[in-house]
Amino acid sequence: MSPRTRLGAVIALGVGIVLAVAGCSADDGGAKSSGNGTGGAGKASYAITFLPKNLGNAYFDTSDAGGKAAIEEFGGTYAEVGPAESGPDAQVPFINTLTQQGADGIVVSANDPKAICDALNEARDNGTKVVTFDSDTNPECRDLFVNQATAEGIAKTQIDLVAEQIGKKGQIAILSSTPNATNQNAWIDIMKTYLASDYPDIELVEIAYGSDDDQTAFDKTAALLQSHPDLKGIVSPTTVGISAAARYLSTSAYKGKVVLTGLGTPNQMRDYVQDGTVTSFALWNPGDLGYLAAYAAKALIDGTITGAEGDSFDAGKLGTFKVGADSTVLLGDPFVFTKDNIGDFDF
Amino acid sequence: MTPGPQAPRRYADSARPWWQRMLVSRDAAMIAVLALTVVVALATVDNFSSPVTATYLVLDVAPIVMLALPMTLVIITGEIDLSVASTVGLSSVLIGALYQAGLPMAVAVAVALAAGLLAGLVNGLLVTVVGLPSLAVTIGTLALYRGLAVGVLGTAAVTDFPDSWTGLVKAKLFGTVLPLVTVLLVVLALVFAVVLHLTSFGRGLYAIGLSNDTAVFSGVGVRRAKILLFMATGFTAALVGVYYTLRYGSARGDNASGMELSVIAAVLLGGVSIFGGRGAIPGVLAGAFLIGVLASALRLAGITSDVISILTGSLLVLSVVLTSVLSWVTRRRQTAAAKRSVQPPHEG
Repeated sequence: MSPRTRLGAVIALGVGIVLAVAGCSADDGGAKSSGNGTGGAGKASYAITFLPKNLGNAYFDTSDAGGKAAIEEFGGTYAEVGPAESGPDAQVPFINTLTQQGADGIVVSANDPKAICDALNEARDNGTKVVTFDSDTNPECRDLFVNQATAEGIAKTQIDLVAEQIGKKGQIAILSSTPNATNQNAWIDIMKTYLASDYPDIELVEIAYGSDDDQTAFDKTAALLQSHPDLKGIVSPTTVGISAAARYLSTSAYKGKVVLTGLGTPNQMRDYVQDGTVTSFALWNPGDLGYLAAYAAKALIDGTITGAEGDSFDAGKLGTFKVGADSTVLLGDPFVFTKDNIGDFDF
Repeated sequence: MTPGPQAPRRYADSARPWWQRMLVSRDAAMIAVLALTVVVALATVDNFSSPVTATYLVLDVAPIVMLALPMTLVIITGEIDLSVASTVGLSSVLIGALYQAGLPMAVAVAVALAAGLLAGLVNGLLVTVVGLPSLAVTIGTLALYRGLAVGVLGTAAVTDFPDSWTGLVKAKLFGTVLPLVTVLLVVLALVFAVVLHLTSFGRGLYAIGLSNDTAVFSGVGVRRAKILLFMATGFTAALVGVYYTLRYGSARGDNASGMELSVIAAVLLGGVSIFGGRGAIPGVLAGAFLIGVLASALRLAGITSDVISILTGSLLVLSVVLTSVLSWVTRRRQTAAAKRSVQPPHEG
């Protein structure tokens, strides 16, 4: 018997044993699982899992930390799982896993409104409550959607911010993303109406488009300031636009003289708020969003709400919330970031 | 003592009976590792033993398994096809766009499958007739087909597919927990295994991978074989596009982005040599399922996705390194044995 033949025999034996054990174990496993299924899922435990679009994303780190705080307040078990990359189907295996584990609640920001639908509905059939936040799925695939802000709230908050800082009169301009950006155009329309009705002394002189490109937005800011010497303020309802405009203003003679506000994230805007280029800007608070979503999941698990319009539930420090049309809960007006509170945020 | 020049050469590996050869093969090792992983997972991971694990596992690995089969044949010939995931995406948006335009679902699916064949034919012609390296060609078509896919629908998605079609993916094989797609997997695996291992066409593919020129001069239809293989990958990719669209009910241009790398990882883990000429279907099936089982068990055990990636990646590197080390050891031993056998006895 050569050494090679002996090796073959040993491997053959090994494989045989492994397969035999696999067979037995499979039987054991089946029995064990049915035991787990009946005994494991107690409602009082509030096992709630956050499923962000992807992991390693500062925005979701903040929102999920808010959720964690809420879950710890009401004595539940918090967990966070998620894919490394945000493909349309990437969340499905994680939802399936939670279904198998019999999670009480899933709080998810959907990468695709349809692709995760079947998986979510399987989870719901299995008794799991599903809350979407930040990005919704189709309404038939979840129990509740926690919406961060309405178009109305986003538009009006930005106009209020700029109006207050320029003394409610003078010329302003808007630095948007692209001419056909759906969200931005909807907001700009509301802004125009709101200006006409509430701030008649403010004149909107130009809408410029930075194409959501840092350099283009930077150049457009320079062009706006040149062509409108009396410009008092710029509103940029896009995170790319506002940070490029702030970068231009911070090193120009207009710093502190021309007001800049809009939608931005604290990490982008921190330096410009601290050096006085920008006094305030808006966005929602993702921490509160996660906090509210966690309490919504708790209310669904408790059965105090079903997601029907008019249901109301308690959300800890945020107060009481009412469910609106299409099983949607609104967080509220956008959050205003200033020098005083920007240090509390990291996203 | 010394064999004369006329003595027939003895092939140590082939001299043993087939079942022994099979048991010491790389494929057997992969299957053993897979079995071991399943056993460990069953014993230690909560909920892994529930029957629905099998359902989800098959649904999740189905696209990888389907694509790994033709990819194995392509890589055995020393070529590669990186455009498969883009073809999946293209197939998916074609189905969506055509169905949205009012065509019956069957027609949309047929057009998508034809487009997959065409996409493969383009790859095949560029590699064989124009004579470009497949790595370069398919990096190009990876971008090209993905661009077409995104161009057809833009950022929109088509979602309202008929239940009679999406129900096919949810349906189970009579009375079991296995989804219907299992049948497709078994049929495809059998077809590709028979073609590769039991036909002269299949043996020709190994010859091409070991030496393209030698294969040409030995009468293997190299061009024809390669074109057929690229068409097979294109067609299978389109089939995966159909499956993907029906499973997720969402036709989007970025569907299956990056899937080509998971497919190639499964093929290499299954013991196929990236340089061609070596590999077999059973090992590849075990490799694809091993990745799926590991991911499923680790997720259930609460391991985060970054750690799962690290483990799967390490496993792949380890398997490639081990294979090289083993073949180096074997070669050393064979060389040593050959030296001993030609040395005159009085000098030993």
